[in-house]
Amino acid sequence: MSAQPRRAQDFAVPQIEFAGVAKKYDRLILDGLNFSVTKGDFVSILGPSGCGKSTVLKLISGLTPANSGTILVDGMTPKNARETMSFIFQDPTLLPWRTVRANAGLGLELERVPREKRDEKVDALLELVGLSHVARAYPRQLSGGMKMRLSIARALATDPRLLLMDEPFAALDEMTRDRMNEELLRLRDEQKWTVVFVTHSVAEAVFLSTRIIVLSANPGRIHADIPVMLPAARAADLRTTPEFEQCVTAISRTLWEARTA
Amino acid sequence: MRDSDIAHAVGGAHGVRHRLLVLVNSLAIFAAFLLLWELVIRAGHVPPFILPSPWRVAEVIHERFPALAQSFMITAVTASVGLVASIVAGVGVALVFAQSRWTRRLLYPYTLLLQTVPIVAITPLIILWVGAGTGAVTLITFIICLAPIIANTTQGLISVDENLIHLFLMHNATRGQVLFKLRLRNAIPSLFVGIRISAGIAVIGAITGELFAGSSSVGRGGLGYSIIYASQQLQTDYLFALIVASALLGFSFYFIVYFLEWYFLHEWHESARTPEVE
Repeated sequence: MSAQPRRAQDFAVPQIEFAGVAKKYDRLILDGLNFSVTKGDFVSILGPSGCGKSTVLKLISGLTPANSGTILVDGMTPKNARETMSFIFQDPTLLPWRTVRANAGLGLELERVPREKRDEKVDALLELVGLSHVARAYPRQLSGGMKMRLSIARALATDPRLLLMDEPFAALDEMTRDRMNEELLRLRDEQKWTVVFVTHSVAEAVFLSTRIIVLSANPGRIHADIPVMLPAARAADLRTTPEFEQCVTAISRTLWEARTA
Repeated sequence: MRDSDIAHAVGGAHGVRHRLLVLVNSLAIFAAFLLLWELVIRAGHVPPFILPSPWRVAEVIHERFPALAQSFMITAVTASVGLVASIVAGVGVALVFAQSRWTRRLLYPYTLLLQTVPIVAITPLIILWVGAGTGAVTLITFIICLAPIIANTTQGLISVDENLIHLFLMHNATRGQVLFKLRLRNAIPSLFVGIRISAGIAVIGAITGELFAGSSSVGRGGLGYSIIYASQQLQTDYLFALIVASALLGFSFYFIVYFLEWYFLHEWHESARTPEVE
């Protein structure tokens, strides 16, 4: 224990706890993972390719079991905690045979929410992400950015408290990506979810996160766990400030160290 | 937060004019072909039992239309029943296959058998067991239609994007929900690929079946039965009429399936928008 004074959020209940977690497929992917994510955190995970970033999300969601160690989400096993989380994949993963509205309502439908309640909720969410005018369209008629927004609307429909995002904007062009980042922050300010966000982009991670975990590879271990000391209220112009630049440079350097470690 | 508008499918006046031109051209080629045929027969004094003139074929279609229509209907019904039965059974088998890699490995060789054993080789057995007639012909059609349905539907059921499965799991979806809301829906385009193949061979299968197991009562049978009958009687003009009817039946099956596929898939599926010609 350090003698430094502790910040208030250190006493908050952790939403996610990893203790000595290891994951093996045909080789060891992740080893000795210890970290916790506090309610309201926006944690980005950065690391060289093949360091198991996406696997961390699969472990949190219980889509794959850990080989050793314990994972708790809201004090429960990942599988039991699924109701509180939503997963946003790198691809929009939409059902092509369903309209935009029916896609957005999929999660509620699977959880057997009655139709009227579902429609009400979905219409409000489509309004929120700016897709009301295409509610009856099919996914193939949407642009990449619109598909991703639909994917986000679907994830939000079930009122998650924890969002797991696996490089959700990687396939978008940079301008769309920046705009999606700003929209994501705006939604988060309203809805106060906890987010674990996997990305390749240092700038994206710095812009979005309250905290950045940098993994090293072979096997993936936590190389650094860095709080992002930027103001909580963020807008597009943050990207042009020297503080932002400094932060990106520092994280990039850490990432480079992790690669050669 | 408006984005680019919905993309619209391109079409319109240009496409229609182009299609009309193609239609007129192909009709002209067909007319020229008939004319040439008629001329060859008049100039070469070909005996009508070797090759009747197109005019004579048209006449015999008109004269014996009731019998022709009856044969057409018998074969149409037999082929349809066989095809529909194979779709029902094929989807059922595919559902079993989709359960695990293990069941597929265990049972797939048998569908291969279904596909590779020539149907004419087992026709005598079928006649022996169920007797000649519509039942045997339907069974023959059913058997040869089955393999494409099983293979394509299975493929569609198992080739579901892994992330979509994960998405369903994240919402604690039941096995039934994954099957009905994801796997079966995902398999519909591939099912139609299977139906398209099977619809073609259903007509061939029914007619071939009728050649061997045509009818239980003399003089009443489908196109295949009548083809044998007409050829034995050297009614070559009627034989041609029957061939025309068979071709018409094949076309009808093709277009009905084509329409159904368009109807069910055009809104969302890419392949249904620009169908390729086979």
